[in-house]
Amino acid sequence: MRIVEKSQLMSAPEIDRTLQRLAHEIVEKSGGTKNLALIGIVRRGVPLAQRIAQAMQGIDGVNVPVGVLDITLYRDDLSKVAPQAVLRSSDIPFGVDNMDLVLVDDVLYTGRTIRAAMNGLFDLGRPKRVSLCVLVDRGHREMPIEARYVGRKVQTSDTEIIEVRLREIDKEERVVLVDRVE
Amino acid sequence: MSTKFRDLLALEPLTADELGFLLDQSKPFQEIQKHPLKKLATLRGKTVALAFFETSTRTRISFGAAASRLGADTMNLQAEASSLKKGETLLDTVFNLNAMKPDCLVMRHAASGAPHYVARHLDIPVVNAGDGTHEHPSQGLLDALTIRDRLGTIKNLNVTILGDILHSRVARSNIHLLGKFGCKFTLCGPAMWVPRELEKIAPGTPIRCVYRIEGALEGADVIMMLRVQTERLNDPPLSADDYILLYQLNPERLRRASPKAIVLHPGPINRGIEITPEVADGPQSCVLEQVTNGVAVRMAILYLLISGATETDTHPALQVKSKESANASD
Repeated sequence: MRIVEKSQLMSAPEIDRTLQRLAHEIVEKSGGTKNLALIGIVRRGVPLAQRIAQAMQGIDGVNVPVGVLDITLYRDDLSKVAPQAVLRSSDIPFGVDNMDLVLVDDVLYTGRTIRAAMNGLFDLGRPKRVSLCVLVDRGHREMPIEARYVGRKVQTSDTEIIEVRLREIDKEERVVLVDRVE
Repeated sequence: MSTKFRDLLALEPLTADELGFLLDQSKPFQEIQKHPLKKLATLRGKTVALAFFETSTRTRISFGAAASRLGADTMNLQAEASSLKKGETLLDTVFNLNAMKPDCLVMRHAASGAPHYVARHLDIPVVNAGDGTHEHPSQGLLDALTIRDRLGTIKNLNVTILGDILHSRVARSNIHLLGKFGCKFTLCGPAMWVPRELEKIAPGTPIRCVYRIEGALEGADVIMMLRVQTERLNDPPLSADDYILLYQLNPERLRRASPKAIVLHPGPINRGIEITPEVADGPQSCVLEQVTNGVAVRMAILYLLISGATETDTHPALQVKSKESANASD
């Protein structure tokens, strides 16, 4: 099986503009940045959350705290797709009780990652509200989970994969649609 | 049939990369110890068999807590209450336990090599929780984690081990682990417990045996105490009073070590024999951190072995070259 690139969905400037818009939307719908915090899901949700927080600083002049959440231990597919999956550290340096939390991830697909992330979050306390922000929503949900803030909606078939490549991790910056070919 | 991380039987055969990886994987579990809700569902529906053919309190409870915090259930076998007393062989006992379908076997045995022997006959992962005078891998890992947290590194340290080293599996696991990170060892105790042959147990690791505690502590970064089994003092005879006089770690002797030196003890402590209360409870002591870290290390071990147990050959985890400095999250 080979993996071929079918098309580019977003360029670097498009990613940047989208994150700016998402930052505005989050601040607007949250009525400011009071009690607001972002939680980036390991791995690519983390730089996205940091960039959104940076953009918010430009809007409101406030430093919105950013936490890091690794959901590996909360997955429901242990030993099916991830034998001995490497754990990364979660780092949420603030109390989550009564906070207005926004989970940030790169792609929303089945919804299972978000289910796991919520389990992880609720082990830490009782947030007032949890919402979800993703760069790309590609459909194919298997759980009743929707994102409140969406960068772009994309129709995909289930053999296709959306790859978000970010300069912090992948040394390049774009979103591509790839397909598995026999 | 097995890769290295199918079982955890000893630290000696593992490379520095693999050992560093195990330490790094313990870090997320250290964080979970601080959560208000410490229980995960990661290993829900899995069962860990704890077979302690030799008595243990701390290690057994620690593995039990690790399993339960990962969501797994435990089956407990304790030597005193088992059918071993009725003459059943080790292998028969283990086969019977295995017939109850656990997903992992954690075992301690008074005979060195017993877990290796059992692992050859079982298709589930086996964790050595201490075998005779051979190794105690989870203790070695939790000691290294404690040192790394306190001193920031486990590389190129001067490590002094005090006490009955001849009979100590803790000392061996520590020498094999820390030796791979360039640590130098000074072993100190009465001559009957510190034979010169110990200098050769880890080729490539500088080990020296000394018989006076004053010389052993000079410049030490880490001081590892071992429990003095007072019953062993009788053969050959050395009175407890003489031991205290010659080898007890007290504040005055501790001052000979590096000012930042830390003191470890695997427990149980004999207060007033090998260590004074001032040292055991002092700021340089890491005794209780070791216990806390023990649960995290054992969670990492169980998670790694059980989550990988259904795959037999490749472990992508091992392909990751983890560095000691990978301490920081990325």
